[in-house]
Amino acid sequence: MNDLTTNLATYSVVLTYSAMAVYVIAFISFALDMAKRSGEVTAAAAGRAPAAEPRTVATVQGGTVVLERVDETTDGGRGGRGTKFERVGMAMTVLALILHVAAVVLRGIAADRVPWGNMFEFSLTGTALITLIFLLVQFWQNLKFLGVFISGLTIILLGIATVNYYVPVRPLVPALESYWLVIHVFVAIAGTGFFALGAGLAVAQLVQTYRQGRPVSKQLRFMETLPDAERLEVLTYRVLLVGFVLWTFTLIAGAIWAERAWGRYWGWDTKEVWTFIIWVLYAGYIHARATRGWRGARSSWLALIGFAAVMFNFSVVNVFFKGLHSYSGL
Amino acid sequence: MSPQSDRDTDTDAGRDTDAGRDADAGRDADTGRDTDTVSGGDPMRPSDHVDSAAPTGGDDAGDAGVTQPTLGFTGYVRFFWRQLTSMRTALFLLMLLALAAIPGSLVPQRTADPNGVVQYKADHPQLFPVLDTLQVFDTYTSVWFSAIYLLLFVSLIGCIVPRTRHHWQALRTRPPRTPARLGRLAGHRSVPVDATTVTGAASTATGANAATGANAATSTATGAPATSTTDAGGTTDAATGLPSVDHAITRAAVLLKRSGYRVERFGDSVSAERGYLRETGNLVFHTALVGVLVAVGLGGGFSYTGQRLLVEGQTFSNVLGSYDSFNPGRWFTQSDLQGYNLTLDKFTTTYEERNLDALGQPLDYTAEVTAREKGGQERTERLGVNAPLSVGGTNVYLLGNGYAMQVTVRDGDGNVAFKDVVPFLPEDSNYTSTGVIKVPDAKPSQLGMVGFFYPTASKLGSGAFASAYPDAQNPMLTLQVYRGDLGLDSGVPQSVYSLDTSGLEQIAGRQSKTASIELKPGQTQQLPDGTGSITFDGVKRYVSLDVHHDPSQAWVAGFAALAVLGLLTSLFVPRRRVWVKAVPRRGAEHGEYDLEYAGLARGEDPNLERAVADIARRHLSDLGVRIPA
Repeated sequence: MNDLTTNLATYSVVLTYSAMAVYVIAFISFALDMAKRSGEVTAAAAGRAPAAEPRTVATVQGGTVVLERVDETTDGGRGGRGTKFERVGMAMTVLALILHVAAVVLRGIAADRVPWGNMFEFSLTGTALITLIFLLVQFWQNLKFLGVFISGLTIILLGIATVNYYVPVRPLVPALESYWLVIHVFVAIAGTGFFALGAGLAVAQLVQTYRQGRPVSKQLRFMETLPDAERLEVLTYRVLLVGFVLWTFTLIAGAIWAERAWGRYWGWDTKEVWTFIIWVLYAGYIHARATRGWRGARSSWLALIGFAAVMFNFSVVNVFFKGLHSYSGL
Repeated sequence: MSPQSDRDTDTDAGRDTDAGRDADAGRDADTGRDTDTVSGGDPMRPSDHVDSAAPTGGDDAGDAGVTQPTLGFTGYVRFFWRQLTSMRTALFLLMLLALAAIPGSLVPQRTADPNGVVQYKADHPQLFPVLDTLQVFDTYTSVWFSAIYLLLFVSLIGCIVPRTRHHWQALRTRPPRTPARLGRLAGHRSVPVDATTVTGAASTATGANAATGANAATSTATGAPATSTTDAGGTTDAATGLPSVDHAITRAAVLLKRSGYRVERFGDSVSAERGYLRETGNLVFHTALVGVLVAVGLGGGFSYTGQRLLVEGQTFSNVLGSYDSFNPGRWFTQSDLQGYNLTLDKFTTTYEERNLDALGQPLDYTAEVTAREKGGQERTERLGVNAPLSVGGTNVYLLGNGYAMQVTVRDGDGNVAFKDVVPFLPEDSNYTSTGVIKVPDAKPSQLGMVGFFYPTASKLGSGAFASAYPDAQNPMLTLQVYRGDLGLDSGVPQSVYSLDTSGLEQIAGRQSKTASIELKPGQTQQLPDGTGSITFDGVKRYVSLDVHHDPSQAWVAGFAALAVLGLLTSLFVPRRRVWVKAVPRRGAEHGEYDLEYAGLARGEDPNLERAVADIARRHLSDLGVRIPA
């Protein structure tokens, strides 16, 4: 047994736990930020009565959404800087990600291959990528309000991974020895990251829709600092679109690999079935969004069902379902 | 000001009410109203698509009001066809498809896991017949699953055919007229073209005025009021120094054309549209999906798969009789088999030897084979997992491996009754393998043997053997020997991997006086009662090969690639209209006018504003007009 491998794998675990601790700080900061937003909204409402100036970002012209002021920030006119808590949350997320990526890299070096050869490694790398996508997306749109969701999800997934899925470093079985492991699985993880982001946006969209249906709601006041339902709907769609394209690629890359490894490109293996189901669900989401009467809350629900299927595919199918993709290492 | 009076003052007389509606509605909603004349080139959509014109009255699901006339037969057909091709039906069928695919992942499938089905039957004797009647064990070829995806594809074809026709016409249609008022459209901006924004203009104009009165007089005489005319093709108005309207619009048309827009000029304005590729991509995507389905459906008929177990040194010929099992497609004929020979020269497995957590885990399987195609040269190839061999129109996959026993059996008379290589099937990850040796030619009585093979034999506390490592480091073969009629002449087919011991007498093994026979390679042991002897000559590796021939594979891959390309263009190519229009300023003395820019999204287009701003910026800098702060 190689001592270096063991040592590196141990360091990787230590870094993972450190990253989790920092994620928790980030999560708390984001949560405090939400609380602070509630306070701000209440204060602002007391200060000036018509707090909500119309911030229409999307107008519907005969069913075609025309976006206006795309560059407008989505932080609800709070000057773009966010609260102190939000900034702390973002800084902590960046720090946690650095530790997290270091853990991933060490694991990869320890195993001398891509660090996604089993369930534990897949979760470790997957959560890092989700967080990375969350951070990168900020350059495109201010979606910092998803920080609570993303850091929370990452903590839970990392927790499950370290407690339930941990396995020592092992070499790959021959069936996984292929460059398709790098392509197929990486794209699948990236797609999952966008789906996660889309799910967070869909939840926010649903809450906004719920609130907009009521005249004045005293609950969840911080939601007033978030983009309105229509804007969130558009954002959900655009994030999920990227996810869908990546997932389509995952599906096809998987089929090509399956042809190389198992002699057939499609065989309704359990994992194949669930990848297909997820693809169909998100295809359904895109269609729902284009169907009159379905854009908005209904399509958001579909987006959430899709993400539930993604999580199911990752957890239950990997561990409990018998199939050719039984590489969990458990 | 009413649109009517607005139009009256407009210099472009060719404008009609269509343009007015355009500006007011923000789009010319020709879809759904008049599908034959494609004036705007709007992509056609099912009636309940969000981009379709809203229903004028009642429910769009067939206007089931009381005033509805009774539907005739064709009326009903039309009605159901419209229902089938609607967005909502497509959505419903998609969701149903996702739902219907689930059972196949919960219950073993006959195609993927036939043994699992047998096991399920044993485990759930009551439930099994019910589920089997529902075709749950063949979910993906079941009547209900097929019905869903076939309906979905009929719905899809019903949607894309008229859309393709419509799009074909739209592709040959010019962009629509410029709306009368651009003010309400996306990204609208108006930039004055006068002395304040054109650097050269002020000085030139002043200079000209100061120099000669005659010049000024000419200027007034020739047509200061006629702002839209220019000095024969000149780029700037000689009198004012401003870029002429004609020039400005021409430049705008050139710029838009260069940016990939389809351009049409309407008087002092240019109407441009781009992104027809978006609808093309959408149609290509959906058509490619139909292509995938057809290729899978038809291609399966011409394909064949066969399995063959090949021991080191053996040669396999690609003829029907040479396969252990063979599954032809519906339209398979024997002539589809291209003749070739394949010899397994050597099979090696590399094992993990350092990592204690994974000791003995196979790292790589490599089969060295020699292929001889008909009339072709002999070539030596490496066949491995993830590295199939392409030979004679087939792909050969390495899907399994194991140990085969080389044994020689001499009967009671001392004659060689059996000399062959017998493949044993691995039972666990350390390759404890089982197999059967049948010696029907042995005299005086036929012999049958049930064997266990341990590649690395180690004795357990109980006295039984087990294999401690998958590699053949301490190989050992143990045999229970039976004698009697093997029943091979009864005509009932038998498996070569099992021995029916009923009616046989065990002569070596637990149920007899003599213990099981234990052999190491090269050893020979006498069988009890003078029934003969057995020699364990050695161990060889074997591989199980899957031979696939699937002519549709390239088609499926091609359609899938096409689908991805179509998807990308349909999702990320924006379809938009952009207008550039020169609006003369009322009472302008020196030919001043305003340039207006505006755009309109056709579908999802988050960057429209930026695109319009960009066009305006480039156009103005091209003209030498400063954008006022």
